[in-house]
Amino acid sequence: MIGRIPKRFFVYGVLTALLVSAPLHLNNYWLDVLNNVGLYVILGLSLNLIVGHSGLFNLGHAAFYAMGAYTAAILNTLFHIPILMLIPASALTAGIFALIIVRPIIHLRGDYLCIVTIGVGEIVRIALINDIFGITGGANGIFGISRPILFGMKISKPDEFFWLIWIFVAITVFLFYRLEQSRFGRALNYLREDEVAAEGSGINTAYYKLAAFVLGAAWAGMAGTIYAAKMMTIAPESFNFWESVLMFTLIIMGGSGSIPGVILGAFLIIGLPELFREFKDARMLVFGIAMVAMMIFRTGGILPPRPRKYPIDHAQEGSVNP
Amino acid sequence: MSLLRLQNLTKKFGGLTAVDDVSFDTYQGEIVGLIGPNGAGKTTVFNLITGNYKPNSGDIVFDGRSIAGMPTHTIVSLGIARTFQTIRLFQQLSVLENALAGCHCRMHSGIFGGMFHTPAQKREEREALELAMAELTFLGLDKQADLAANSLSYGNQRLLEIARALTTKPRLLILDEPAGGMNEQETAALVQLIRKIRERGITVLLIEHDMGLVMEVCEKLVVIEYGIKIAEGAPAEIKENPRVIEAYLGTQDDE
Repeated sequence: MIGRIPKRFFVYGVLTALLVSAPLHLNNYWLDVLNNVGLYVILGLSLNLIVGHSGLFNLGHAAFYAMGAYTAAILNTLFHIPILMLIPASALTAGIFALIIVRPIIHLRGDYLCIVTIGVGEIVRIALINDIFGITGGANGIFGISRPILFGMKISKPDEFFWLIWIFVAITVFLFYRLEQSRFGRALNYLREDEVAAEGSGINTAYYKLAAFVLGAAWAGMAGTIYAAKMMTIAPESFNFWESVLMFTLIIMGGSGSIPGVILGAFLIIGLPELFREFKDARMLVFGIAMVAMMIFRTGGILPPRPRKYPIDHAQEGSVNP
Repeated sequence: MSLLRLQNLTKKFGGLTAVDDVSFDTYQGEIVGLIGPNGAGKTTVFNLITGNYKPNSGDIVFDGRSIAGMPTHTIVSLGIARTFQTIRLFQQLSVLENALAGCHCRMHSGIFGGMFHTPAQKREEREALELAMAELTFLGLDKQADLAANSLSYGNQRLLEIARALTTKPRLLILDEPAGGMNEQETAALVQLIRKIRERGITVLLIEHDMGLVMEVCEKLVVIEYGIKIAEGAPAEIKENPRVIEAYLGTQDDE
């Protein structure tokens, strides 16, 4: 029986157990690092729908992250709505924003789309700095966001945030994994492989491109809400181009279109630099070298996606190889 | 009533008229061949039918409904499936997933169904899997279902394209040079396959350069040269048609 369970599931099990026991043996500093990693896992997975599964280059994902964070921050500070109740509102705002922005540019391909998304990211950041509509607080951002309260318990310490963030990660992983194994997930992959063939096979490619963007943006918006709750203060510089690059890089490095890959990528890109604080300045250099090496030796990332499994009858093959 | 009717179809690319005032009918259950020299506009006609191009003028009527200008995926869902002249499979995905692509337009589950695997979604997924496997078996590719599409031989990749088209449950199947790159044995098997597809009640429209195949399998031929229809009729008539012979071989004066 044990032979039937792939070895990697034991590895996943051990790693999950280590993660779950982290609050017992890590100090607050390292828990906070883990919380950051968790946030980037959520962001990475949301961007993975767009970049990894659909093959649409998006280097402006921080804009959607910012939309979520600012929506939550503004509604919380102005109307005192509990921050966790604002998660759906943030998802909706970021999703609708993505719909409006991406609808006219969805026919763009590859690098053209990429350049427009960079532009969108910059426009959002600069609009926030310029205190658009007088509600974003300009370059200083928004202060005094209240702590989240869950089941009557106030979440403020890193170990409490650890559970909030990593449970959200677990839910995201579960839902996105199911989504991968469905008609929707397949449609995104067909789109990535060959758009003309996908359309010719009866797939509404424009719809799926848009759906990938909107869903990815909505999820990034939710991550933004958690970020706002965790930091209690947000500023435009937290959502700059570099953030988009980080999210993009962790996907490419970990494994484009692969959930374990994205999680590993987040640990490497966000977690690893904390281990080598002394060499912080060399971070760019190491990333650069690592990316070059990846492009040459392992183009699919460290953990590329595994093919989906389908319950089909292998009777004939089985009889050849009993 | 014809299943597919092309009425005075014209398509221009700048100054070039690729398809010029072409009209013909395809009836339910026929196998029709569209032939002509290279660059005659055959694939352009196919691309017009499947919605990849929009005609400048003229109309395309499928089953009593005008489909000119409709998006490709809508046309596929109405019952016209195609294969491509240059193989366009989803190379990195498995053979089975390529076949499943065609099932997509007959399924309904969306993001919610995908995330929560609702009973309706599971049933639909099971049915799609059965259909895809049935079509792969029909084409003799069922044993390779788990392989990546790009690991198949060239001939089998062509068959997989047909499988993907068949899983859309088409009424009209459009094959763009299905025998391209096939050896003689594979071509002979293809003739049988096209007949079997017709026996299932699917009308077949094909472009092919292999005249042996065309003459053997088609009941009606439409000949195009420089975007203009020059002849239409049974293979035997077409073979004797002086204009067709001229188009393919040139006249004696040219020599």
